[in-house]
Formats: sequence, C-alpha cells, structure tokens
Amino acid sequence: MRGWHRDTRGAGRPGGDRPRDGSRAHRPRDEDAGTLGHLVHFNREFLRALRNLLPIVAVVVAFQLLVFQRMPDDPWRLVLGLLIVGVGIALFLQGLGLSVFPVGNLANQFTRRGALGLLLLFGFAIGFAAVVAEPALIAVAEQAELISEGRIDGVVLRLVVATSVGLVLVLGVLRLLRGWAVHRLLIGGYVVVLAATFVAPPEIVGLAYDSGGVTTNVVTVRWSPRSGSGWPTRSGAAARSRTASGWSPCA
Amino acid sequence: MVPMISVQLYGIWVYSFADAGAAPASGSEASADLPWLLEHLLGLAEMVRDVLPMVVVVLFFQYVALRRRLPNPVRVTVGFVMVLVGLYAFVVGLKMGLFPLGTQMAEQLIERGAPALILLFALLIGFATTMAEPALVAIAEQAEAVSPAGISAAALRLVVAAGVAAGITLGVYRILVGGPLHYFIMASYVVVLLLVLVAPRYIVALAFDLGGVTTSEVTVPLITALGIGLASAVEGRSALIDGFGLIAFASIFPIIAVLLYAMALENIPRLRKEPS
Repeated sequence: MRGWHRDTRGAGRPGGDRPRDGSRAHRPRDEDAGTLGHLVHFNREFLRALRNLLPIVAVVVAFQLLVFQRMPDDPWRLVLGLLIVGVGIALFLQGLGLSVFPVGNLANQFTRRGALGLLLLFGFAIGFAAVVAEPALIAVAEQAELISEGRIDGVVLRLVVATSVGLVLVLGVLRLLRGWAVHRLLIGGYVVVLAATFVAPPEIVGLAYDSGGVTTNVVTVRWSPRSGSGWPTRSGAAARSRTASGWSPCA
Repeated sequence: MVPMISVQLYGIWVYSFADAGAAPASGSEASADLPWLLEHLLGLAEMVRDVLPMVVVVLFFQYVALRRRLPNPVRVTVGFVMVLVGLYAFVVGLKMGLFPLGTQMAEQLIERGAPALILLFALLIGFATTMAEPALVAIAEQAEAVSPAGISAAALRLVVAAGVAAGITLGVYRILVGGPLHYFIMASYVVVLLLVLVAPRYIVALAFDLGGVTTSEVTVPLITALGIGLASAVEGRSALIDGFGLIAFASIFPIIAVLLYAMALENIPRLRKEPS
C-alpha cells in the first residue's frame, strides 16, 4: 500500500469519493514538472526504497558484528545488489505513476455511467495485470520454480495467482455495490481454503499460503483499492461506515 | 485468500496429474554463458511479457471502452519503459543482493547452532522491517483519522509490527522443530475466525488489510530466502515443503494482533486515544 496516501489525494481520503474526471485528471505534481521534477520524484521513491531496506541491513550488520564477528561473503556484491533493488523499485513505481495510475480513475466514469459490466471487467483486468507485474510475487515464483526443480512453473503460478486476484476484485466490487458483509465472505473463503488443504499435496501448501500474502503489494494495492474506495456505492448505502467498507477489496 | 485456493488446486494438478518428467531447462540458466549485454537484453525481453498485460489494460480501456486518445502518449510510453527497466533491475538485484543475503544469514545462523539466536533474528527482522514500512505508516494514519474508537496510529504500527515479529518467529520455530505447516496455519486461522466473530465489526476489514501491507517487495524475498535456507540446512526438512510459509505467518499474525488490539480498546477505555 506504499504511497497510497500520496497517490490518492482526493480519491482515497474520507470524503474523497466524489467522482473525478479520471483519465484526464490533471496531476500537476508529476506530469508537468519537467526533467528536474522527475529527478526529484525519482529521488524520493529511491529514498523510500532505501528506507525499506535499511532495517534489514541494520539487523544483518548487527548480527554480523555482534554475533558472528565476521563479514559475509562478498559484502560489496550484496550491497550493490540491494542498491540495484532500490533503483529498480524506484524506477518501477515512478513508471507506474506516469503510465498506469491515471487509468485507475476510470472506475469512477464507469460507475457514473452505470456500466456495471465494464466496471467488473475493469476490476478483473486491473487485478490480473497488476499481479502479473508484482515484484514480490516474481520473487516468490522464482524461488518456487528453483527449489521445485521446475515442476512448479513460475509463470503458470503467477498466472494462477493473477487470475484469482482478478476474481477477488470482481467480488470486491460486487461487495461494495451490494453491501455484502465482509466477515461472511472472509469466513466462507477460509473454510474453502482449509478444505482445499486437506486434499492438496504438502509441497504446495506453504507456497499457496504465501501467495495469499504477496499479492497485496505495490502494484495491486496502489492501483486497485484506491479505485475501490473511489467506487461510490449505488445501492443507497452511502451511510455505510467508511471503515467497514472503504478498505481494500483485496483481503 | 482466493489465490490460496487456486494455488492449492494448481498444486493438486501439478503433483497428481502432470507427468513427473524432466524439468524444462529454464531460460535464465541456458543463457549463462552469453555476453553481458546480450544476456541483459534477453532478460529485458523476458520482462516485456510481465508488463504487457498492464499495457494492454491501459490501452484497451482508454481506446475501446472510453473511445478516447491517450492524453499524453510520450509520457505513458516513457512510464512503461521505466516500469520495464525497474522490474528487471529489481529481479537482477534480488539475485545479487536479497536472495543471497537471506540464504547466507540462514547458513550462518544454523552453523552457530543456537536456536535462540535464530528466533531472535526472525523476531528482529520482522519487527524492524514492519516498523519502517511506509505503507503501514500511511494506512495507520488513515485508520486513526476515520476510526470511531480512538485507534492511535503509533499504537497500531507497534501492534502490527509485534504481530509480524511473532508470526515470523513462530514460522521459523516451526521450521526448526518440524510439524506440518498446515496445522499451524489452520490453528492460526481458527483463532482469526473466532476473533472475527467477537471483535468489533469496524475493525475486521482494516485488520485484514493490515495483514496484507506488512509484506513488502523488499521483505518478501529476504524472508522467503531465509525460510528456504533454514529448511534446506535443518536435517529432515524439505526446502519445498517446509521452506515456504513464513510470509503466511507474517500475514496472519498481524490480523490477530489488530483484532486483539481493537477488543482491548473496547474493553479498556484507558487505552483509547482522546479525540483531539
């Protein structure tokens, strides 16, 4: 949910549910800033990524110095790797901000037009596309393919997860529109999860539970729940408390 | 949780019906002896596949559904190129930095042979990464702003970080002592379900969301590598069966922690933050 507060000014805040002309939303912060503005923005994203990496480095260094009292193998390569990760995440997020996020606001237009079919299709497409490019899931899928010696195909795994998240978003939209109680959906879902575990081979169980946790990450959450919270309910349920129904449909 | 169901179904298919024939050689290994530049160009080309769905969605909805041109095609194109390069850099950095880091820490910790140290490492990594998570800061502030019951953002972050730390520690403990993962997970989910039934209604969706934000793209690779490293180093564990699952623990336990926190708020008025 990184940057949610930043990218959703207006759309994600309480009272920010007003429809906005999304596709042409003028967001002067990033768009018209010129090269310098882009550099500043990139710098900010890079610092955020480093801030995420910092506690890991701190704990690892503390252990190396205090407990093992030796250097890890090839420390500079590790540091370089971490820096590349930081640069990669920063580029990735800034690229998303330039190209993809403006489209998130389309949801409002479909809602205003009452185009439920389009809205649902849009929800599915967003969930699917976002998860295919999800960095955390790429990482897990790579590991899974590696240690299962190719039996679990990383790409297929990601497609499976992406399709499911697309479906979850469709469910989430329906839930917002129809006002289904979230706890019933959750309980029903977990019963099915547990039932599936009894028949699933042990090799997949850990991976399956992990993949539930990695889907709610950068792209998915930045792109979708803000549409989710921007989706006004049409069933006269405006009074529904925001804390109960405004949170993401990703759970 | 739908992904959890479908991935299990995928696993059933892979391990029951798909033939156990030789693993297909993956592209990255085959290209190991290529020149540096060519190797990275190929890697970038492979990434196009991952970014393509997003491009298609953006273009489709812009041109077909809305029947409008892109407001600024150059900007969008530059953005997609940045996404592509960024994603590729992330994957390269993973293999150079985060994966080996997790694996090395696991090996060194196992070498020391002190289980308490391993658990301490898990606890610290879980707590520190969660406290520093910008997404958590953001959502905690929002929760403080909109919640009726005097939730404090700082307390919420502490609670979530403690939950993640406890979850990862328990997950690592399970890798060390063994025992089927799904019993641990099921027990945790039963606790979640029971708490959902008794916790204040407003907190439920928030609690599940907080369970999701705690695992960032930086922590996930490290923790996964740590789990797999531990599972391959401890005798009698299989990296595939036992190595995964830490992320799941790290997602469930903050839910439990937040539900408990909300119930504590209900019952112990002293904890509530005074509306300012």
